[in-house]
Amino acid sequence: MCIITVLLILISLMDGRRANELRKIKCKPSVLSQADGSAYIEQGNTKCLAAVYGPRETRQKAQLIHNKANINVEISLAPFSMPQERKKRSKSDRRLLEIASAVKQTFEPIIMTNLFARSQIDIYLQILQFDGGTIQICINAATLALIDAGIPMQEYVCACSAGCHENHTLLDLNNAEEMADTPELTVALLPMSGKLTLLQMDSRLHVDKLEPVMNLAALGCKEIYQTLDETVREYVKDLFQKSSPY
Amino acid sequence: MFVRTQRDNFESKVVTPGQVITADTQYMRGHGTYLNEEESSHISSVAGVVERVNKLITVRPLHTRYTGNIGDLVIGRITEVTNKRWKVDINSRQDAVLLLSAINLPGGVQRRKTEADELQMRKFFAEGDLLAAEFQGSFNDGSTSLHTRNLKYGKLRNGSLIVVPPALVQRCKTHFHTLSCGVDVTLGLNGYIWVSKHSSKNLDELDPEAIYSNDNEPVDRSTRETIARVCNCINALSRHFMCITDTIIAYAYEASLKYPVKDLLKLEAMEFVTTEVRHKLSVVRSIY
Repeated sequence: MCIITVLLILISLMDGRRANELRKIKCKPSVLSQADGSAYIEQGNTKCLAAVYGPRETRQKAQLIHNKANINVEISLAPFSMPQERKKRSKSDRRLLEIASAVKQTFEPIIMTNLFARSQIDIYLQILQFDGGTIQICINAATLALIDAGIPMQEYVCACSAGCHENHTLLDLNNAEEMADTPELTVALLPMSGKLTLLQMDSRLHVDKLEPVMNLAALGCKEIYQTLDETVREYVKDLFQKSSPY
Repeated sequence: MFVRTQRDNFESKVVTPGQVITADTQYMRGHGTYLNEEESSHISSVAGVVERVNKLITVRPLHTRYTGNIGDLVIGRITEVTNKRWKVDINSRQDAVLLLSAINLPGGVQRRKTEADELQMRKFFAEGDLLAAEFQGSFNDGSTSLHTRNLKYGKLRNGSLIVVPPALVQRCKTHFHTLSCGVDVTLGLNGYIWVSKHSSKNLDELDPEAIYSNDNEPVDRSTRETIARVCNCINALSRHFMCITDTIIAYAYEASLKYPVKDLLKLEAMEFVTTEVRHKLSVVRSIY
């Protein structure tokens, strides 16, 4: 058994979950009073805050699209988000810009932008604590915040990652597992219709392994959907009860 | 009237995006819904409550921006002064347009606009000014227009603005209220609420020059405190997502008298005020 395997086993022991188990999810919609929609999500030790503003008047005339809304995504990483290094990252960090554009591309076909001609929808995401899986948590947080803002979309978008190490498929990698050179496949899908909106992998994976890894990630997405949907239902029911006049 | 062919089991049901509302194709697609690719079932696109009017199904999200309806009273803030028009922020998907020809010019209702008026538009409304207006209509490209062609509408002075979710303000016969505590409340359907000093002037004897004045009248200390108290009460109601009407504000005001004005910003005071209001509402309901 090589060192990395031993390490991985140790890590999963530290984490206390099995290879096909998701990290613990906690989520809460509508945490900010000023934003039109907002959400806070924890997936294991990764924590993310999302704020959605809009649809509102376009701030820059150059960005105006005459037949649909313009979506604008910004991601920032809090300086205290990583325990190893404390440093301030600019918003123009190449890695963050790349994730932001992936999030934007994920949501563009899902949000019914044609209903909001000449408007703008802003999605601001902030990673408060980092432990792997930035893109997944960003997509999940943005979904919840968009639903809270009452913006029409085809359905939920849920994202999850899966990897493969020595014939074992692993679900929802944390930072240590990502660092251990595991090939990681990130999947964002529409859980009801099963359509894919994002598929991303940065390293090489044997083609025989692709299908089991993708199926595992898809299962993870569906599990995340269950959690988000329960939260949203409870929240809407609560608001409806409170706002009924008598 | 529409005859129910089967029991409607979807009304006032909570739905989330992607959920099938009904597979019955006789219904019409309203806001917050879409048809699937085979056009065989209605699917919700927002999280909210299903509403049905005859054959039309809509889903109403509870936490969203304002969507205008003709005749609504709205309160807005001028964001831009452009050629013959103002842009007004009304908490909607786009800034609304207020045309120079859609306001009451000083010097009588019958006066037409002149070129001199175009040059001095900032004398009527400048950037940042608040105004009450009526929603006039929306156009194909999604833009909307307002008008203030009534002495009830116009520039807002002597008071304070408070913003609540638009779903909490219900459409009523009138949106201009004078509370028994001596302040005026204007409930904009877009969720902007204006609380101001009571103006006793009759609309007919209003000085035409004064309607666009930028100067506040002197407001004494006790009135200021009352305005602040009413604002804090409305804030407490909106934090607890309760409907806002003149009676509910009056109940909240009564309940709040136990606390000094600034303590109403504390969570426990808000909790107390809203539970008192709920209690009172249930008592009132049991009487009728």
